[in-house]
Amino acid sequence: MSKKPEKNNKLKNSASEKNEQQYSLNDDRRVKVLSPGALVAKRFFRNRMAMVGLIILIAMFAFSFIGGLISPYSEAQLFYRTDILEKEYASAIVNTEFRYLTADGQEFPSVVQAKMILAVNQNLPECEYDGITYTVTKEGEDLYSVSLADGTLIGIGYKDIFNSNTSDKLPFGLVFEALKAYTNELDTFIYEDVEYSIDIDGTVANAEGELGYISRYFVQALMPDVFLSREFKEDLYETLENGSDEFKFTDADGVEYDYTLYYNAASKKYTIKQGTESRVYDTYASPSSKHWLGTDRNGMDMLTRLMYGGRVSLLIGFIVEFIATFIGVILGGISGYFGGWVDNLIMRIVDIFYCIPSMPIIIILGAAMDAMSVDPKLRMIYLMLILGFLGWPGLARMVRGQILSLREQEFMTATEACGVRVSRRIYKHLIPNVIPQLIVSCTMGLGSTIITESTLSFLGLGVRFPFASWGNIINDVKDTFVLMNYWFIWIPAGALLLITVLAFNIVGDGLRDAFDPKMKR
Amino acid sequence: MRKFIIKRLLLSVVILFFVALIIYALMRCLPTSYIESIARQKSMQPGSKTFDEWMQQLSATYGMDKGIIAGFFSWLGKALTGNFGDSWFYTEPVLQVFNRTVWLSFIMGGIAFIFEIIIAIPLGIIAATKQYSKTDYTVSVIALAGISLPTFFFAALLKLLFSVKLGWFELFGLVGRNHQQLSSFGQFLDKAHHLVLPIVTLVVISIGGLMRYTRTNMLEVLNADYIRTARAKGVSEHKVIYKHAFRNTLIPLVTIIGGSLPGLFSGALITETLYSIPGIGYTSYNAMVGGDIPFSMFYLTFIAVLTLIGNLIADILYAVVDPRVRIS
Repeated sequence: MSKKPEKNNKLKNSASEKNEQQYSLNDDRRVKVLSPGALVAKRFFRNRMAMVGLIILIAMFAFSFIGGLISPYSEAQLFYRTDILEKEYASAIVNTEFRYLTADGQEFPSVVQAKMILAVNQNLPECEYDGITYTVTKEGEDLYSVSLADGTLIGIGYKDIFNSNTSDKLPFGLVFEALKAYTNELDTFIYEDVEYSIDIDGTVANAEGELGYISRYFVQALMPDVFLSREFKEDLYETLENGSDEFKFTDADGVEYDYTLYYNAASKKYTIKQGTESRVYDTYASPSSKHWLGTDRNGMDMLTRLMYGGRVSLLIGFIVEFIATFIGVILGGISGYFGGWVDNLIMRIVDIFYCIPSMPIIIILGAAMDAMSVDPKLRMIYLMLILGFLGWPGLARMVRGQILSLREQEFMTATEACGVRVSRRIYKHLIPNVIPQLIVSCTMGLGSTIITESTLSFLGLGVRFPFASWGNIINDVKDTFVLMNYWFIWIPAGALLLITVLAFNIVGDGLRDAFDPKMKR
Repeated sequence: MRKFIIKRLLLSVVILFFVALIIYALMRCLPTSYIESIARQKSMQPGSKTFDEWMQQLSATYGMDKGIIAGFFSWLGKALTGNFGDSWFYTEPVLQVFNRTVWLSFIMGGIAFIFEIIIAIPLGIIAATKQYSKTDYTVSVIALAGISLPTFFFAALLKLLFSVKLGWFELFGLVGRNHQQLSSFGQFLDKAHHLVLPIVTLVVISIGGLMRYTRTNMLEVLNADYIRTARAKGVSEHKVIYKHAFRNTLIPLVTIIGGSLPGLFSGALITETLYSIPGIGYTSYNAMVGGDIPFSMFYLTFIAVLTLIGNLIADILYAVVDPRVRIS
């Protein structure tokens, strides 16, 4: 041991030296009297490792039982975060292909259209098909008109698209004039004595109002029930011209959305995605000041879950151990005290229970409860009963062994001579003498019960959602993605489990050493 | 001695009978079983018989229409002739599934057991000889930590460290992706490679118990009178520990080791499940979760038999190894 206790002893010695002067040598007050219990406590508190274990246990109880009260969140409180979900809203294609329009009352066969393109590509002023020569005139950038030898216009090839505001078909001449004006960047044009104006965005209007607009892009709505307004399209064109890939647009209802543009090089198509803010469960959030250990798969605060999980794990441990001890002490006590055929019978029952493989049985029962979809709360109670009922044989054996040796001792003969009742003899005189061993084995048993419970919960056969237990918190690690990326989901729970069980074992060890008077220190 | 063994054997048979009866009753009492889910599936099909009719037919097919006691005796009668029926889950004779999977578990358990003995016993003895030293505390804490480690947490830690971070081993399974293309020696190495992590897990989890047991027994022996006598005679410390004390420590150790030998066949239920190693443990886990009564019955009875044999071996060994023990 270190020097500190020696120092303490010296201090005590000096104190007692002072006292010695006041009391005579045979005065009782000179002798420090310690009850056996106090001796045990003294031995226990002197064991440094056991003290560490005890402190850990106290901390763990505080964490589990008080922590849950202090924590601002409740056991199954869900947390949300706003996430921007992008939905495909519209698509825009740059028109790179020629489109064709046939003049009123004329014919513009597709072969001629193809010939026109050839002529355009080769910069020829005319093309020929079926013995007829057509004149191809360049009216502007990507706008060609095709006419017969006598000058009759039969159609045009164009790339800029005239989008009409009305569903009525616009006359060919108007479209042609408008396109011509647009490609040559004219502000106005005249068609059938009416003056039309055309602005930078390509809006075509006359004195009565807007007719439509001209643009190189072909825009389509992708979402059903969506009408793309003119303003939206204008904003979109502007964005496309600027080469940026996002813009904001406020729709007719006054709601502003973010739109993001994605360009697909293969199909030369822009997809416009509308970002809508939606509330989603805040799952697997990293540790932050709000959630010290992040959130779990369901979007619940991890630290709070750990506190409530500790409560469940510890409570189950205690209740199971209580049930097992209760049955074990009664049966072991009866068996050890009476001996004979009672002893034989009970011991054979113990043998039978000893042979029943507990883990497989619990797994089978867990799976059966799964199939019956038992209520999680009821399930927890069943779990305790099953574990407790399978755990007593070892304790019964131990109690019986102790009592067998104790009942032969003189004090038992004395109780018999005094005529003490049998039940009183067992439970007042024999059992208290077994209690040290019972406490030790219960402390150690608590640790292993907690491990069993958490293993079952880990396998999904023990405590179930919405209740937390350290085992079912770690359950998430079965998902390899969680194993690899989210340490905060399973390492804290595993560490708590390990520390708690270790502490129970250390304290159990310390208690055994303290109870054992033969131990020399 | 022979009388003792015969008596114990007879007693074991009686115990086994009751254990099997309890297990059978339990399995039959389960409200939902494999048969029901099959019947439900079948009755869902268009133009099929009703659920109740399917239930009746399937129960008759699987021999589940008898009462528990009658059913148990018919099961027992067949089991005694070595016929454990067909597994529902694996649709194969139970014994065939057992034979296919048990050896892998045995090899895995055996290797782990050997490592466990090699590591735990020397450490336990060293800790006892240097009681209250730093070595002793370290060994004690390691042993306690080993006992306290939950298998699944330790396995997850190992996987994170060796499979994910270092990439030395694979996360699951017994064979790699290219197992079929390997030579027979390569296949052996592939399997061995996949068994490393499960065996490490088994060793670390079970090492603590044996270490503590060794230490406690060695301490007890070292406090015995004959050790004091030996020291008083002036026998060298080395000789005292390794000749006088160690041999006496071996008595309980041999007993416990002999007693746990049959357990090697029972497989490591949790560890095998965690690593998806197709041994008897994982196989029966799937069968049990799937409600496979014939296989579960067989597995549970098998484990009960192993426990009984283990106890018997331990008792006999105790009498054989220690001449002071007389069998009454």
